[in-house]
Amino acid sequence: MDTYRIEVGLKPHLLDAAGEAIRKNIIEDLGIPVSRVRVIRVYTVLGDLKPDQVEKLRAELFTDPIIEVSTLNVPLAEDFSWIIEVGFKPGVTDNVGKTSREAIADILGDGMGTCNVFTSKQYILTGNINRVQAEAVAGGLLANSLIEQWRVADREEFTRGNGISLPLPIAGKREEILVKTFDLDVSDQELIRISRDGILSLSLEEMRTIRDYFHVPATVAARESLGLGDKPTDVELEAIAQTWSEHCKHKIFNALIEYEDETSRRKTITSLFKTFIKRSTDEISERVPWLVSVFHDNAGVIQLNDGWNLVMKVETHNSPSALDPYGGAITGIVGVNRDPFGTGKGCRLIFNVDTFCFAPPDYSKPLPPRLLHPKRIFKGVHRGVRDGANQSGIPDVNGSIVFDERYAGKPLVFCGTGGIMPREIRGEPSHIKTTHPGDFIVMTGGRIGKDGIHGATFSSEELHSESPTSAVQIGDPITQKKMTDFLLEARDLGLYRAITDNGAGGLSSSVGEMARFSGGCQLRLEKAPLKYDGLQPWEILLSEAQERMTLAVDPQKTEKFLDLARRRGVEATILGNFTDTGKFHVLYGEQTVAYIDMKFFHEGVPQMELTAKWLPPQHAEPDFPEPADYNIVLEQMLMRLNICSKESLVRQYDHEVQGMSALKPFIGCENDGPGDAAVLKPLYKSYEGVVVASGICPRYSDIDTYHMTACAIDEAVRNAVCVGGRLGQLAGLDNFCWPDPVQSEKAPDGHYKLAQLVRSNVALYDYCTAYDLPCISGKDSMKNDYMIGGVKISVPPTLLFSILGRIEDVRKAVSMDVKRPGHRVYIVGITKNELGGSEYFAHHGYIGNAVPKVDARLARKTYDALADAIDRKLVASCHDCSDGGLGVALAETAFAGCLGIEADLSVVPCESSLRTDHLLFSESQSRFVVTVSPRKATEFERVMEGVPLAMVGRVTKSPLLLLKKGKEKVISADIFKLKKAWRQPLDW
Amino acid sequence: MKPRVLVLTGYGINCDYETEYAFSMRRVGGTAERVHVNDIIDSRAKGTKLSKYHILAVPGGFSYGDDIGAGKALANKLQNHLRQHLEQFIRDGKLIIGICNGFQVLVKMGLLPAIAGKYGEQHVTLMYNDSNKFEDRWVYLAVNPKSHCIFTKGIDTMYLPVRHGEGKLVAADFGVLAQLHEGGHVALQYVNKEGKLDGYPSNPNGSQDNIAGLCDPTGRIFGLMPHPEAYLFPTNHPRWTREKVPREGMGVAVFRNAVKYVKENL
Repeated sequence: MDTYRIEVGLKPHLLDAAGEAIRKNIIEDLGIPVSRVRVIRVYTVLGDLKPDQVEKLRAELFTDPIIEVSTLNVPLAEDFSWIIEVGFKPGVTDNVGKTSREAIADILGDGMGTCNVFTSKQYILTGNINRVQAEAVAGGLLANSLIEQWRVADREEFTRGNGISLPLPIAGKREEILVKTFDLDVSDQELIRISRDGILSLSLEEMRTIRDYFHVPATVAARESLGLGDKPTDVELEAIAQTWSEHCKHKIFNALIEYEDETSRRKTITSLFKTFIKRSTDEISERVPWLVSVFHDNAGVIQLNDGWNLVMKVETHNSPSALDPYGGAITGIVGVNRDPFGTGKGCRLIFNVDTFCFAPPDYSKPLPPRLLHPKRIFKGVHRGVRDGANQSGIPDVNGSIVFDERYAGKPLVFCGTGGIMPREIRGEPSHIKTTHPGDFIVMTGGRIGKDGIHGATFSSEELHSESPTSAVQIGDPITQKKMTDFLLEARDLGLYRAITDNGAGGLSSSVGEMARFSGGCQLRLEKAPLKYDGLQPWEILLSEAQERMTLAVDPQKTEKFLDLARRRGVEATILGNFTDTGKFHVLYGEQTVAYIDMKFFHEGVPQMELTAKWLPPQHAEPDFPEPADYNIVLEQMLMRLNICSKESLVRQYDHEVQGMSALKPFIGCENDGPGDAAVLKPLYKSYEGVVVASGICPRYSDIDTYHMTACAIDEAVRNAVCVGGRLGQLAGLDNFCWPDPVQSEKAPDGHYKLAQLVRSNVALYDYCTAYDLPCISGKDSMKNDYMIGGVKISVPPTLLFSILGRIEDVRKAVSMDVKRPGHRVYIVGITKNELGGSEYFAHHGYIGNAVPKVDARLARKTYDALADAIDRKLVASCHDCSDGGLGVALAETAFAGCLGIEADLSVVPCESSLRTDHLLFSESQSRFVVTVSPRKATEFERVMEGVPLAMVGRVTKSPLLLLKKGKEKVISADIFKLKKAWRQPLDW
Repeated sequence: MKPRVLVLTGYGINCDYETEYAFSMRRVGGTAERVHVNDIIDSRAKGTKLSKYHILAVPGGFSYGDDIGAGKALANKLQNHLRQHLEQFIRDGKLIIGICNGFQVLVKMGLLPAIAGKYGEQHVTLMYNDSNKFEDRWVYLAVNPKSHCIFTKGIDTMYLPVRHGEGKLVAADFGVLAQLHEGGHVALQYVNKEGKLDGYPSNPNGSQDNIAGLCDPTGRIFGLMPHPEAYLFPTNHPRWTREKVPREGMGVAVFRNAVKYVKENL
């Protein structure tokens, strides 16, 4: 085996755009004065190759002759101050290396022997900087020590060593297969230690339950016959811990909760999920006919029309994104794609959504250990989601970014995916899957490595100093795309019976879940394809290596299935079969390494018993004078991070691949207005549509999570209604991200946080049922805290509420931009003195107490009437009022359409005695800015009868936002100037 | 006769469905089929499969994740397994279109621009956008009336989205750039709303001379960075809710031209 090193760089006269972008980042983010950065790509080829073969690869494969120069085994870099080489650590996915290897095989054909390619990058820095600064560039910006290794050298070292290089990250070495057993007949303290040291995240009670199970005589007898004792193996303990993890079992949402409110009234809740979420959907299911499959599969399924179903799921990937923002986020989006894909018999993926919560990018407080700077997290997460969605060929159509300092400890990264499937596949309902005893267990897609071990249990705890680095993976969208292309073909040929994804918990979870249909399984780990040697059985079972699906394949169809896989260049392996023995039976070779009753495995987890105590917080009432100059205040509001344009980031997502886009994220005369929701036309031969929207308002949690939840649901609905959605045709998805709500030493305010969770669920029930808005899928992430060395940072309780809805005809969709001068401007809904938790109060450093409240009956009436008006084509534009209230909504509506608005604020429907700034920036819910052609105004008003609204002014040709209160001028601002201000803060 | 179109799929190609639909629309008149790369290069059927079609479409996407350079690995695969069959396909007077990633593939295989008929020699490339960003942005395009491109016949201007990170067209040298113009290879250029050559964002990637699409000397091979298959319906237009937009999506004509050519000439 020989090692060859190919270095490739741009010809010196060409602009190195990547290097230039890095140079800007170094100056802006680190304040280090570099004058020039250039990038060299390095391919290290290790294999049985001859020099002339590698020379051919250098010239024909790795070098673009038009723009690049390259060298073989000779350093390319010259003329620099410092050079930094960054490469992967052993075991980290190297996607480019993998492609390189495949490309080499295409060139060398059958003559190719063993060959591996490792990639790294060199950054050549010019500038008057010292070693400390160069090291800061490497560690603080270019590389992440969790997954990467690097070397820094100056000119002299470089010359002396004839270039620089890194040790090759060859992973794995052969190790003896070892199955350990755990002695659980120990003290409670010792049980806790075993759980903690093993990152099992099992409570004392759960550890005891497991211990007792292994002493049950029937268990002992059955296990003895297979050569196992009365102690669990590591495979068994790990598998149970994973299956029972908060991540998989939602123990808090299923806990028995004793809730006490501020008046000491008590209430017992047997399960938040069943009492509030599922019950609301159950009740609504009697009123809407289009629910197909909710809550029990990997994603929710609703009916689009007679021929098609829609599928959707939203997930979070918070902890990994805190440690490795890029890898965590790309894994998040590529991972959630497998959820709808693994629902029913599988669906074609047609959209992604993403919402992020970060600390502000200009965060200047000292960073506690292990935390990356919020700006670095922001950029890494954005890049990861961008690459994940774009490379998967799935349009990213909707989302938002929320900023709050408390996300410094853990960012929240919500990623969602929607799909479409025919209602029937080969005469069978597409949403139903099953496994039969005797069916083969087949794993397909990527191979298994040590990546992502303990992801399920790790995400069920706070970020602490020993958080495992192995839990981070780097998604590989192309391997997954190849797999999903193949599986859609296989689905349509009827080659498998059931499909599910390998996410949290890996095979343990996917096979364990599918085995519930047939009643057992026999899984053979020695057959599993591995990325490298050295994995123990429990690691193979638990690995969360990405891009894998597990299938149940009828033995009669196995040959066809495997043949198709081979022809599509996708690996597929039989790993045993499903049984009806009632046992989760795992073998490695002849040795049984796990033998657990399916019933105990899935239902043995003891119910948690928790206490929740609600005490409404009291915040200082704001005390600041009315502003003297409203033009300035409005501009400042438009520049707030939670309000300003996110265009430069969102434009980097492909939002229209697959050709279905009907309303894009960017709206208006200059394609830059903020669209309220996405509309897709998923069927090429029909104008039926899909609306995708979301709502999120964590600031209101500081006052009351009941109203936070009501507002998040209302915002999502409002956004959907704006573009043409209609209640009764919309489905919801709830994603809770909470700080630890279980009272303990680490969470001394757990009772309060659990009360916040209870209140949130009560609101979800109240508003979903009032809106006939069934939740079809959801997820919770309950330990969004950071705790190291006495510093604790907890996220504010956050609910992302997403909407998936059906639209009869996308040609009736409405966008938020004003259309023509002379159109009438209406404000729909009542403005109240509700600035508690508002952006305006936050701007002044206050929280306040008057949180916006949703009047569900009036809101429903408003939404139904507005949907009628839109359906009758009476509405020219419609924009929702949310962060920043009326002032911001009016400005956005005007500047998106490049026209002015002249309006009289004194006629806005509102509570009496509102200060002008409160009127402008109150965040009362269920409000819209609507414009209507004068020809249609009478009919519009008739359709809207009974809904509070007022005609406040007109759209004007002169590009001025002119807001008056009676005769008094309040705002008179050039809309292009406002737009410029709004676009500026995040225009990276 | 309904012209038969092979729409390539696999390895990260991801605009295959809409490209298939574009050719199959009634107003276009073709019959298109998505075919996996491996089903053409598979030794059992090698080449014979390809020869059954009149048009080969290499759609947009992220073949091999753009690793080693956009389109390079797929170009490498096609070149090493199908070179002779593709040359025969071209000699038979058939049509090839490469869109976005497909354009990158054709350029890196040397099928475009193929100055002086030198198929297989790379004369230009598509590199990182000057912005160093992947961007999804609608652009105005002017068709070069002097180009002999079959696909753009009768079209003056188009408005289409670009969605790429590596779309900056760079020629090997100024001589090659001049030949692109002189030889009628330049089929499409990025322009501003007024139809004039302009800088970013009208030229979204910094392409030399604003070149957005190229054809070979015969005009039968065409590659472009913008996505005609992304504008098949009026509702694809970003401003259909505020402007009068044509009843037919502006991308449709490109596919119709190809089908029409096959009907009349093959």
